[in-house]
Amino acid sequence: MRRQLPLALCFIAGTFMAVQYFIPHPVVQDSYERLLSWLQTLLAFAFLLGTVSLIRMHYHKIKNRAEDRGFSWVTLIGLAAMIGLGFFHPEHNAPGGWFDLVFQNVQVPVEATMFSLLAFYIASAAFRAFRARTLEATLLLVAACIVMLGRVPLGDLIYEGIPSATQWILNVPNVAAKRGIMIGVGLGMMATALKIVLGIERAWMGGRD
Amino acid sequence: MLADMRASTTGRRGAGFAALVTLLTAAALFLSSPAALAQDGDQVATPPDSLPPLTAPTIIEAFDTPNDRGNSININWEPSPTLEADKLEYYRVERAPSPDGDFVLAGRSGPLQTSYRDSEAPNLEPVYYRVVAVGQDGREGVSESYGPVEAYTHWFNTDRINVMIAVIFFVIAIVYFVNAAKTGKDLFIRRLAGLDEMDNAVGRATEMGKPILYISGLSTISDVATIAAINILGEVAQKTAEYNTKLIVPCADPIVMAVEQEVVREAYAKAGRPDAYNEDDVFYLTRSQFAYVAGVNGIMVRQRPATILYMGMFFAESLLLAETGASVGSIQIAGTDAVTQLPFFITSCDYTLIGEELYAASAYLSREPVLLGGLKGQDAVKFVAGVFLIIGVISATLVAAGVIDADFAASWFVTG
Repeated sequence: MRRQLPLALCFIAGTFMAVQYFIPHPVVQDSYERLLSWLQTLLAFAFLLGTVSLIRMHYHKIKNRAEDRGFSWVTLIGLAAMIGLGFFHPEHNAPGGWFDLVFQNVQVPVEATMFSLLAFYIASAAFRAFRARTLEATLLLVAACIVMLGRVPLGDLIYEGIPSATQWILNVPNVAAKRGIMIGVGLGMMATALKIVLGIERAWMGGRD
Repeated sequence: MLADMRASTTGRRGAGFAALVTLLTAAALFLSSPAALAQDGDQVATPPDSLPPLTAPTIIEAFDTPNDRGNSININWEPSPTLEADKLEYYRVERAPSPDGDFVLAGRSGPLQTSYRDSEAPNLEPVYYRVVAVGQDGREGVSESYGPVEAYTHWFNTDRINVMIAVIFFVIAIVYFVNAAKTGKDLFIRRLAGLDEMDNAVGRATEMGKPILYISGLSTISDVATIAAINILGEVAQKTAEYNTKLIVPCADPIVMAVEQEVVREAYAKAGRPDAYNEDDVFYLTRSQFAYVAGVNGIMVRQRPATILYMGMFFAESLLLAETGASVGSIQIAGTDAVTQLPFFITSCDYTLIGEELYAASAYLSREPVLLGGLKGQDAVKFVAGVFLIIGVISATLVAAGVIDADFAASWFVTG
């Protein structure tokens, strides 16, 4: 029963989701939209679950005097402070309030900093990728150089054909490869969904028995 | 003398002012006359009833919108050939239960449009329509009423028959190959280097006494890539349980976390090591993209995992994670269907599963005949899809070259 009930629910829900694509009747479409709206309810409970998981893990780290428990203190204090500001002083949620102030001056700049690091990571990844040790790597290097030059005015100054070569690389071989991958991805998605709906793939339940 | 001059000046000023007022009054009267309006078409001031009505449009057809959920009727009309569109303000579409009944406004459309979809028509009730051309000067031209027409609800979208045929074929192919696999038929699956290396990666972590970090992307459980990642996690968790290696799974979505906790717990139980499972190893981190990156990068730098697996859907965080992983010397295996992130993983990771290989990984790792059968079914469908694509390309090329008139294959690829 522990296996059969989730499988039956999965089959019914999965089949309904597939069938509704072909049936525009309001009876089916309204049910579909109602089902989707239930996801919001699920999500609200799931966030509670997530927060409990976070607190539990860091509490155990502190309790067990883990080596990096200082980060756990920071996490729990930050979590408690933001929840406190948000829940017990709702007026602080307004722009300019304490909650907004902390969010705008701590969370936003820290996230922006993380995103900014991407530029340096791209440079280090490019350095590794562009070492022309094989034919493929050399082709990649040449293509990348043409594309980079074609994207800046300097490329046009060096040779007027570079921007059009860039467009050709992006529109022809690049798009062809992308479409090939995307067709495979589409079929792979369908096959995976079908295997789960039919109960062939059961790894998501933790086992296949 | 001076006084006379002043009086004379004042008198001239008064006469000039009177003349100016008279002139302005006359000009205002002239400009508001019909004659002036006729000369200047942009100035609208004439009462509508002082000019003949606009020439009316003609309704060509009104019909129930096909393949919809009802309450919708399309109305197409033809503007009068003598009517200039730039003199029109808009068209007013009106609906009534009888041809001479009280017409109510159904909607409006622009002066250059010749169709309108009434999305508030009653179902299964005959209605009549008329179209009123409204000019910029307020004049109107009313069409003959058209009808009766009825709106229906539909039970099947015929525009999606091609999709349905493809889905049925897909299901048949999967079921056929799964059954073939069950009967013991040998099914060849090509080598996937990244998945072959999985055992070595787990073994390396065991030898080094360091954990394995498993990242299942930032997407939600509704993403098939995330489900594929969860399927792979089950296989990986079973191996780590057998090798007694620590597995760390930081999650970006609480629902994914709940499912992954269950999957890992079951995998440990299946491997006969339920006691080795630690719930704190599969935990929720944050929904925020770059806060998640900061958290996971922190884990990488502090715990220096021997192996890092990236499976699922990734966005801009892919390179930030993979480069940090590379910098701490971990063996990295990635798998994603996010085409834009693939180059980053290929550059920074030791092995990368490209696109559909992510979906094949679970079957490949488990080597279960039933799952491999599904994989072969998928390949068969891909072959047929390839054949159709080639026919479509040839057909479109022949149309472009002028060899044939109509692209007969085009409709195969269109859905409503």
